[in-house]
Formats: sequence, C-alpha cells, structure tokens
Amino acid sequence: MSNSTPVTMQGPVCPLPLHHHSQIVMGHGSGGRMTQELIQEIFVPYFSNPALLAGNDFASLSIPTTGSHQISISTDSHIVFPLIFPGGDIGRLAVCGTVNDVAMSGAQPAALSAGFIMEEGLSMDVLKQVVASMAEAAAEAGVSIVTGDTKVVEHGKADGIFINTTGIGWVPDGVKIGGQLAQPGDAVLISGSIGDHGIAVLAARGELGFDTQVASDVAPLNHLIQAVLAEIPEVHVLRDPTRGGLATTLNEIACQSNVNITINEEKVLIKPAVATACEMLGFDPLYVANEGKVIIILPAARADRALQILHNQKYGQDAVLIGQVNQTPGSRVLLKTRFGSTRLLDVMAGEMLPRIC
Amino acid sequence: MRYLDEFRDSELTKILVDRIHRETTRPWVIMEICGGQTHSIMQNGIDQLLPPQIELVHGPGCPVCVTSLELVDKAIAIASLPNVIFCSFGDMLRVPGSGKDLFSVRASGGQVKIVYSPLDAVKIAKANPDKQVVFFAIGFETTGPANAMSVLQAKALGLNNFSVLVSQVTVPPAMHAILGDPANRVQGFLAAGHVCAVMGYWEYPPIAEKYQIPIVVTGFEPIDLLKGILMTIEQLEKGTHIVENAYARVVSFEGNKPAQAILQKVFEPCDRNWRGIGLIPTSGWKLRPEFSQFDAEQKFSVGDIHTQESPICIAGQILQGRKKPLQCPAFATQCTPEYPLGATMVSSEGACAAYYRYAREVQPRE
Repeated sequence: MSNSTPVTMQGPVCPLPLHHHSQIVMGHGSGGRMTQELIQEIFVPYFSNPALLAGNDFASLSIPTTGSHQISISTDSHIVFPLIFPGGDIGRLAVCGTVNDVAMSGAQPAALSAGFIMEEGLSMDVLKQVVASMAEAAAEAGVSIVTGDTKVVEHGKADGIFINTTGIGWVPDGVKIGGQLAQPGDAVLISGSIGDHGIAVLAARGELGFDTQVASDVAPLNHLIQAVLAEIPEVHVLRDPTRGGLATTLNEIACQSNVNITINEEKVLIKPAVATACEMLGFDPLYVANEGKVIIILPAARADRALQILHNQKYGQDAVLIGQVNQTPGSRVLLKTRFGSTRLLDVMAGEMLPRIC
Repeated sequence: MRYLDEFRDSELTKILVDRIHRETTRPWVIMEICGGQTHSIMQNGIDQLLPPQIELVHGPGCPVCVTSLELVDKAIAIASLPNVIFCSFGDMLRVPGSGKDLFSVRASGGQVKIVYSPLDAVKIAKANPDKQVVFFAIGFETTGPANAMSVLQAKALGLNNFSVLVSQVTVPPAMHAILGDPANRVQGFLAAGHVCAVMGYWEYPPIAEKYQIPIVVTGFEPIDLLKGILMTIEQLEKGTHIVENAYARVVSFEGNKPAQAILQKVFEPCDRNWRGIGLIPTSGWKLRPEFSQFDAEQKFSVGDIHTQESPICIAGQILQGRKKPLQCPAFATQCTPEYPLGATMVSSEGACAAYYRYAREVQPRE
C-alpha cells in the first residue's frame, strides 16, 4: 500500500477485504471466490474452448470415429528456473513438453490438462505471461487445454510455479512406434542442432559469468512428425532428447531395442555459441537438454525422403542423418570420432557438474 | 570455434599419427600428468590411434582424486554444521568420504553450494554476513591463484565470515615421488599444460636431468596431445632427456609471474597427504600465518575424524601409473560413477571415470 494516500477516518467502518490483483495469495487456491476470479480473469480468456467453458471438473471429448483405434496419453511436470528464459518460458515448455511426448507415439495430440501449483507471492503479470504463452503454444500445436486445476502453496514452498500437463492424442491406424522397435540397418536422424535449451536456461540463471546469445529450442513437434508419418508410416522410433540429451536418449533406445547404435561425431550439429559455452564450462553438448528436437529411427532406405520432408518443416530445417543402428543383440551407443577412433557414448551418471580447471 | 577447431583438425591429426608410427621402433611407457589430458585422450580415442608399442599411463593430476580423505571428511563435517554455507567446485560433491559425500549433506539440509569460482564464494559471504561461508580450496597450481585471490579479496573487504579449507597440491614433488619409486615404469612425461601456464616449466629441468627422462609440456586438444606424444617419442628414440614445450601458445618458461606472486603472498609450502598415494614431502601449500583467520581448519574444530577407505579400491596404484582402471576387479561392477568406491571414479578428471565413460566394453579387459 502506498504511504502517500492520506487516510481520513469517517467513523467506524467495516473494512473491505483487499483485492489481490498483483500477486498470488493463499486465497487463490481456496476453491472459493478468489479461485473462481482467477479462473475467470486469467485462464478462461486465454484457454477458451467449449469443454473448458462448460465449467465442469472434467472435460468430455469426442473420439474420432475413423482412422484411429488407439489413444496415446502422457504426463509431465514442469519445473524450471528461471520461469522465463530466452526462447520461451515455463508455459511454452509445459505445453510443448507434453505435446511432444504424445506426438512421439505417432499420435496427433488432441487435448491437454493443466495443473498449476503456484507459490504465494507469484506475480500476476508473470502468471499472465505464462498462461498467454501456453495458449500460444497450444494454438501452434493445434491442441486445446480442456481442463485444469490450481493450487497455491505458502511462500518458499515452490519455485514460483510448477505446471503439470497431461496430454492425449489419437494414434493413426497402421502406425506402430516405440523405443523397442529400432532394428539393425535403420538410420538415425535428428531434427536439428543440440544443446540449445540447456545452455539457454543455464545462461538465463546468470551463473555462467559470461553472456551468450543462445535461445531455447522449445517447440511443438507434432506437425513435423505428422508430416513425416503421412508419407513414411514405417518409422520405428521417435523420441525427443530432453533431459540427459542426445547421448542419454540414444542409450535408452539401444537398451529398449537391444541394439547397438553408432553416431558420427562430425554429423551432429552444435551451434557455435552452444559449443563455446559447453567448452568453457566443461559440459559435453551430447548430454545437454533439448526441448524442440526429435530423434527419428527408420529403415535406411527411407532416410533421404524423411530428410527432405523435415527440411520443409519449420522445426526441421537443420535435420541431419547422424548414425545407424548396427546389430543386435547389444545395448551400447558408440561414437565415431572425427579422427576415426571409436568410443563409448555413455549415459550421464547424475547431475552434470562444471569442471574445476 | 577459433583456437579450438584448428587443434581438432582431422587432417593434421593424420599427419601427426603417421609421424608417430614412423618414429616408434620400441615399446615406451609415457605418463600424461593431468587428468584433463587423460579425459581428452579417452574422449577422442587418441590411444587407439597410437602404435601398439606406446603405452599411455595416467598420472596423479586430478585434484579431486588426490584430495585427502581426511580433508573430505572435514569438509563434510564443516558443511554439516548449522549456520555454515559450504561452497565447492561441483566435482567435489560426489567424492566419497568415509561415510558419506557432500551431496548427502545437502540432501540432509546442509547448505552446500556449487560455485564456478572461489570469488563467487566471497560474494556469497558478503551477501550473508550472518552465515559462515567456507570454500573448499582444492587443486593444483591451476586453481591456486584464484583460491589465493579469494583470501586476498576477503581480507580487503574485511570479511570475518569467510574461510577456506585448503587442499592445495603441487605437481613437481609428485613427479619425484613417481620417478623415485623402485616400481616406476614411466619413461617419459607429458607435463600438464595448464599447470605450466601458471608456473612455467623452470621447475622441470632438474627432474629431467636427475631421472634422465624427457618431459614435454603438453596441451589438451587432440593435436596438442599428439604433438606432445610425438616429441616425447622422438626424445626416447634418440635417448635424450630434456624439457620441451609443445604448448607454446599458452605456456612460457617463466609462467604467469603475477599469479605466482599471489601464490607466494598467500601460501607457503607444506607436506600433504595425497589420497591413495600417501604423504609427499613439501607437495602442497597451506595458508601463511598472517592469513590464519581465513583458515577453516582453525576456525572450526572438527577433530575426531576417523577415515576409512574402501579396502577394494586401487586408486592409489592408478594415480601412480602402476595399474590401469580395467585391471581393477571392482571396475564397472562394485564401483561406478553412481556408486564410486574411490575418487578416481568420480571426477571429470579421474582416470577410472574416463575409462568408464569412454572405453568401458570398447576395449578388452586386461
């Protein structure tokens, strides 16, 4: 409250409750009138769709009557500090993360739920920006946010805002995709450069001690994936290399499919600014997180055509063939260095730690 | 990237590898001192490019690996105290103490912060006057100047809530220890480029002379490493034993004089216990008496430390070049980066971690 406003007492008055329009307070999670106001003033205007406007605690959706007999479902909780970073924010991340997880099954994502856990004191402007960004990403992906939930925790018990999103989508008939389906002879593609998201977030924390121009790659990939699948339904594996980066994700696939995968170091695209930041910190970009890239494993004979399709997509212009699936049984990922030697490309042990000297 | 891509050039690599093959007529054992070199060798598969007669053994130059268990336990004890913010380079958090590590202290509510520079710890101390801020000042001659600078800054700022837990070690005494050991196999040294960037290489000619061993100051990129290896082999084949510099773009004979002056001002030589190796006389630095107010060991009485090493771990022999990680029965079975038995499996500069990460299952077990 401003101290400059003169207070004039006009006798005993009933104190009116203060309106909290500038920040989240505990009352916004009460389920009462303040919660309703929050929903009506912030969420409904941005997420407007018939299922949400019905005002129920659930959303009813129509299942497509033709071409799909399988539902794909995925959930993800999103925590990131800072909430807003170059190239995106937690809202865009929460939508794209789950849209992409559903899309990796080959499904066309249809709808999302969104659960918000907000920390008391969260700025209403930040919340608005996050929600607007969710709406924008959802529109880009062509999905609706049809149901949601808000909770508020005391100050200090959350990092501004946590967002859980669950997505569902319909899998087209004839598409069968999974991490266990990589086969010897398959080609391994990736839709672009690696490491952008991890470095962008790290830089936004202001802890690097130097500035970098890297923006997060966070993006919905469902249209790109649908474009590939429309022509090449025989894709075996789709996976987004998020936490743990390309190396860790390839290891997951190698284990699931019981195959060896070999990657050519020289083919993997790393932007100069990402490479420089990693070099200074002692990070290996192969382990740095991405939020807008997909690994596509498919019969080698279709790799060229898949690349052509990807190159015509907004988020696939730098797509490249990086390696191949070699043999089964196995479960290792090998890296062919630019010098012709070969080494193991292992999973990350734990937290990636900067080097000492 | 300028100054990097040139030193990772695959054509130049081929030329150097061909020359190494042409020069090599006999078996030679060469030790790279620094763990950063070990990792670059394994990461780029340099060892696979060399003739089979050339054996690279991995040296003690991993600051995390050689920090004594007693000091790790002290760090854990100090970090567990209420009202202490304990700052450390990230790698130290995973190093196993006798019972636990700094990560588990953090998980139990201790304030343990990863910093990129010791000067960040000084900033934390300034911002938290009601807390005691302790920095774990580990490392070789490379980290020494910045660690010393943190003490000078704290003094200039008049901070009485900042202290350092010092575990500074130095390379030349370790080379003496390795070469003076009757079981020594090392015939040539790749000296640690970044240590020499600070200290120069004026300390090395007496070592080369005394033990009749070639020493080549070597960098970290593939081309740097191959050049250092080539120059060492040329000397070994000719039977010479001088100190040469294959990292002249970074290292001068005198080294970085202002950095050396800061080291002199803040530290004085002392004996140090090296984890896995034992006591090496005058192999480290401690704070000079005039800076004792910044000495965490004096500030916090954390006596009653009973160290307990893993009975299986052979880190000591690995750090002295006597054994290789694949010769350890616990390698990749009981001992992994997730559950390390010794510090060499933890650090980004540890030899066991390098083998685990880059060569596990690619190379046959010995």
